[in-house]
This record gives sequence, C-alpha cells and structure tokens, in this order.
Amino acid sequence: MTRPFLSVENLVVHFPTPDGVVRATDGLSYTVEPGKTLGIVGESGSGKSVSSSAILGLHRNTSAQVSGRIWLDDVDLLTLSDKDMQARRGKDVAMIFQDPLSALHPYYTIGDQVAEAYRVHNNVSRKAARDRAIEMLDRVGIPNPKLRVDDYPHQFSGGMRQRAMIAMALINDPQLLIADEPTTALDVTVQAQILDLLQDLQSEFKTALIMITHDLGVIAEVADEVLVMYAGRAVEYGTTKQLLTAPSMPYTLGLIQSVPDLSSDVNEPLRPIPGNPPSLLDPPSGCAFAPRCTFKHLVADGLPDTVMPELEEIAPGHLRRCHLKEHDLSKLTPLAVGDVA
Amino acid sequence: MSGPLLEVKDLTMHFPIRSRGLIPRTVGHVPAVDGVSFSINAGEALGLVGESGSGKSTTGRLITRLHQPTSGQIIFDGQDIAQWSSRQMKPLRRDIQMIFQDPYTSLNPRHTVGEIIGAPLEIHKLVPKQGRLRRVQELLEIVGLNPEHYNRYPHEFSGGQRQRIGIARALTMQPRLLVADEPVSALDVSIQAQIINLMKDLQKEFNIAFLFIAHDLAIVRHFCPQIAVMYLGKIVENAPREELYTNPQHGYTRALLSAVPDMRQATVGGRRERIRYVAGQEEITPATAS
Repeated sequence: MTRPFLSVENLVVHFPTPDGVVRATDGLSYTVEPGKTLGIVGESGSGKSVSSSAILGLHRNTSAQVSGRIWLDDVDLLTLSDKDMQARRGKDVAMIFQDPLSALHPYYTIGDQVAEAYRVHNNVSRKAARDRAIEMLDRVGIPNPKLRVDDYPHQFSGGMRQRAMIAMALINDPQLLIADEPTTALDVTVQAQILDLLQDLQSEFKTALIMITHDLGVIAEVADEVLVMYAGRAVEYGTTKQLLTAPSMPYTLGLIQSVPDLSSDVNEPLRPIPGNPPSLLDPPSGCAFAPRCTFKHLVADGLPDTVMPELEEIAPGHLRRCHLKEHDLSKLTPLAVGDVA
Repeated sequence: MSGPLLEVKDLTMHFPIRSRGLIPRTVGHVPAVDGVSFSINAGEALGLVGESGSGKSTTGRLITRLHQPTSGQIIFDGQDIAQWSSRQMKPLRRDIQMIFQDPYTSLNPRHTVGEIIGAPLEIHKLVPKQGRLRRVQELLEIVGLNPEHYNRYPHEFSGGQRQRIGIARALTMQPRLLVADEPVSALDVSIQAQIINLMKDLQKEFNIAFLFIAHDLAIVRHFCPQIAVMYLGKIVENAPREELYTNPQHGYTRALLSAVPDMRQATVGGRRERIRYVAGQEEITPATAS
C-alpha cells in the first residue's frame, strides 16, 4: 500500500518548562491527500497550531521536544537536517499565518516580501522574481498589482494583506499549504472572499490544505475531513459530514451546540460547554474532557475520571476518543440533516 | 414612559487628516461616523454590525464620550450630553459603562482583580472603604467567579474569566446602559456562549440597556431584538431581527448575510451563493456543487 501524501504519525511536541513538561501535542496522527482539505478544530491551547508548526520544522530544538513521524511524499520531515528542511520550507510546504499585520515586515514592500520566497528557492533574477510576485498578486485578486507591488504593508487593508500572505505562500506552488486561522482577523465579507479564493487556488494547483480554525461554519464550507483536538490529542476524526451531522463524542457536540446560527431560537439560552480547557502542564488523569463533560454519568465506574479512552474506529474513517457506549450515542443530538435552508 | 433611554440624532464624527511636516495642518476630514441616528429603550438591546472601518466602534466611543462628537445629539435620559465637559460627564459615567473587546489588554496587569473592580467605587466614593471588599466579592459572584479570588492578578485567569472581570467592573456602578464593543470576539467559541448567556441574565436581572457592537451576525441576532447595520459611517438599515434576517432591504446587508459561514453547508457540500456589495452595486456569485 502506498503511503498517503502527508501522513503524520504519533506526533508528540513537548515543551519542558521550570514548572514541568507542557504536553502541547501528544500522539497525534492524521493524513491529507493532494487537493483535499483537512480542517483542524479546537480551542486555544488544544495544540492545533503547535502540531502544524512541527510540520514546517518551526520548533526550536532547544525549547521543544518533537518526536513521531511526518511523512511528506515518502520523506520523514523530522529526520531532515536544518538545511534540508530549509530547502523545503516555503517551497513544498508553506504556511499562512493568522495575523497578516504581524507576519508581514513593515519596512519591506509587499513585492519584496512576496518575491523573497521565490528568489530563495529559484535561481532567478530580481526582475523575474518581481514579475512573478506581480503575477501572484494579480492571481489572488489585488487590483492594479503592477502599482501595488511597491506598497508597504500599512498601505494595504486587512483583506489585501491576507491576500498578499496567500500570494507569498503559493508563489512556489507548494504541495502542502497550512492555513492557521487565515480569516479570524477579517470581516465576514472579506473572509468569504478569502475562503473562496483558497478553494479556487487549491483546485487549480491540487494543493493539500490544512485549515486550522475554531469556526465550525468555516469548516463546513471548506473541509473534506475534520480533526477535533482537545488538550493536545485527537478526540474525533472523520469526514465533515460525519462530524457535523453525527458527532460521536460530547466535546464535538458541545462545540456544535455552543454556536448560534442564523436560524436558531433566540429565546433559548445558548448552550455553552461548562468550565474551561485543562492545563497542559497537569492534564486530568482520565479523559481530558471529563471535568467538563455532561454525559460522563452514562459511563459506569467513574471510568472517564480515571482511564484515558483510546481512539477507536466507530465507522469506516470515523474515529473518536470517548468512553460512551454505542447505544448511548443516540443521546447526543446532532444537527438534523433535513435542517438545510 | 418618558421616551427612550438613549436617543442619538444625526451624530457625526470627523477625524482630521493632518499634513506631514514641521507644522501639521489639517488638510481634510475622514467622516468616521456620518449622521447616525438610533434610539435604545431602557433594558433593551440594540445590535450594531458592520465591517471594520464602518464606524461602529467609533459610535460606541462617542456615546461613552471617549471621543468628542463633531456634531449631533446624544440624548441620555432626556439630556443632550454630546458636548458636555468631562466634569459634567463624571456623575453620568456611572450610568454608561463599557465592556471592551480584548480581555488581555483592557485589564491593568499590575492591579489585583479587587482593585480593578473596586476602582470605580473609589473614584465615585459611593461605598465606604470597609464596604468595598464586600461589594467586590458580591460582583465576582454575580459574574460567576470565585469571590475569594479578589486578590489575584489578571494573568492568573483565562480569557473567558478575564472577560467576566471586565463585565464585573462595568457592573460596579449599576449602569443603565452598557456599550459592549465586540465583547466575545476574542474568546473561544465554547466560552463565547458562556459570556453571552451571562450578559443576557444580567440584562434581565438589572434592567440594563445594551449597545452591542459586533461583526458576528449570528451572535448579534441571538442577543439583540433590534439591529442596525453600518456601512461607511452611515446606518444603512435598522430593523427588528426577524425582518433583517429574513428580508434584508439594503444590498450591503444582503452581502453580509450571504458571507456568514453556515454549518449546515456540511450537509449539502459545495459553495453557497455569495453576494458582493461594491460601490453601491450587488454582484452575485452563484452557488456551486461539490
């Protein structure tokens, strides 16, 4: 059997601190195929950004302990030297960051910054790199790119800066693109444009896309598969439809229910998940979600508080980490399929 | 009833554009808020939505008089406070309080929670010193925090807990109007719902009117029976929520609604129809199948 295009296997990222080891990511596995989108959902501190930065080798080995395997096209990225990784970063694998204002350098023009990745990885003249940058800015929908290429970041609006970031990430036609909350800082109208743009470019270049977000609406619109993370571990993994219409564990359900949509009953109070996410320094001994779980009384012997459930397959391609029995799953009320507007 | 608690009439705020150079001159104006009118009754909530730069935050800051309006009226409880001096405003600051967007930067990291929440009591000298702690603990309890945590510092709390502290501080003076500027957009989704429910309970319990500024249309719809949409400094539509969401009249409102990501899209796949509003024109991108 051939290996999937991107295969993350048992990824562990630990940060030793004076107060103890922060288990930011603990035993994470997933795969992504070319042209497909994996959505990673979770709250702040669930390890979604940390695990993705590991793919690009962005963790300093003096402060982070990274282990596991990250296979990209049959090469384990974690075994590469810094130099070899550098040759791939920005070429085969690229990342779009959440906040374009802090990710762009204020002293360099947009054109210089977009062209830089191209010049580093291709032996081309300044002129050729600049032309390529103009071409990319045009492709991501910056009006008048020949003039705007010499603008500084502060002369761009938020949506245009994010487009410039996308142009920068896509300039070498990467095979894998990681978008870390690419639209969180943007208005909904601009967000819609950026998401549409990413999908158009993805179908054009057959890029594998990892979309990190906390917005399940965004997930529903762009992702083929979804990975839900909690306290550094995968708690549910399946197709977008499986997860949003038939969530198989209480945290995913809680995320779905806590968000109002444009048709929910305004007289009902919202249904938040009680409590706060656990500390990664001292995670609960059993199921990490147990202290906040409203279903744990359905499990006998206080199991959730003492034993960490394993990730199990409940349907083809649908995994979950939960003690709840199959027959109790019907008590989790999912999004009704007939509820389509 | 003697009319609305807050009535804003033709409110305008022009930010000056200054020329560069040794002696800056005012060379023009940006009309951030351009003839805005609306009213809020006691105990009711008005939602103000719009994109960044539409002037919704500036409107909130004008009502709390953190900015000086260029012209127009802000009638609070029958008095036009638009041009009042800060001395005149001081007693009124009890009635109008603000909840800020970012719970990480809006609390002084060097002050304990007790000092933060108790500061208004000290400034307005309403409660004798001995009674302050009791009031602070009472407020902590109201917003769902442990009253024994009054001597902790903001960094010891999570984002959602900090926002509760911000709300407790706003409640200290028993305000009649709360201006909440994106109160949940910096929080995790599971925590957003907690804060929205808390604010709704407080609104009912203390009969507080809200000006709720946000860009998340689903949350605004949940919190506010009446919603105003701002675009380029003007209110382009102001309607009861059922009407606004089912039958939007303005092209910009339609564009805004078509852009909200919808979880139900997962059941159909593909892309929804989108409406773009550019220079007064609507452009429709048709839906696609997956």
